[in-house]
Amino acid sequence: MKIIFFAKIREIIGKEEENIAFPENVRTVNDMLSFLKEYNKIYYNVFENYDFLIACDEELVDMDYNISKTKEIAIFPPVTGG
Amino acid sequence: MIDIRIQSSDFNFSKEIKNFQNNKINGAVVCFLGSVRDLKSEEGLEKLEIEYYPKMAEKVLEETARKAFKEWNLSQCLIIHRFGKLDVNEPIVLIITQTKHRKDAFRANEFIIDFLKINAPFWKKEHTNKKSYWVEQNKKDLDIKI
Repeated sequence: MKIIFFAKIREIIGKEEENIAFPENVRTVNDMLSFLKEYNKIYYNVFENYDFLIACDEELVDMDYNISKTKEIAIFPPVTGG
Repeated sequence: MIDIRIQSSDFNFSKEIKNFQNNKINGAVVCFLGSVRDLKSEEGLEKLEIEYYPKMAEKVLEETARKAFKEWNLSQCLIIHRFGKLDVNEPIVLIITQTKHRKDAFRANEFIIDFLKINAPFWKKEHTNKKSYWVEQNKKDLDIKI
């Protein structure tokens, strides 16, 4: 699955995107976050210490959203446009 | 008609308003123009950088305009949002709404900017002569009922 990052989150993680093959038991956004926290301590730091939003295929979603059909996940800070 | 533009280049807002006035559809036109402010003047803001998520930003602006169109019976709506590095006082965002009656044009315009502030994936970074900061979301924007 392709995961992309923006703004402050992109800077902390140190890359614009990452492709990760999630195991079958990763079904929801929440499962994905738990997996990533163990996968790499940078993710642990981001998800524990910073505000962030998740968009699946360009739609903002909640933590219980099922990601099985998602092609692209974006992780970014609360927006500050306008 | 809905016109959405996300661009790095500057825009000419008086020309854009004139276009609305000239189309002879409806008489009420409301315009919101947001510009770069220097709120850290003791450090001196040198540039405001705006990053965005292209595919999603276009989608959100389009959906926002469509909602406003339906709710307030707009005849025309323009949203321009810029990205890249901007100077103090440069325009960032322009929203123009046109309806038959002024109240609907005002309400639609306010709805669009309020909705955009909390949903459209744009992020601001301030570069001062000392350092650079990501702008934090204004929590008051989250409390606005839209």
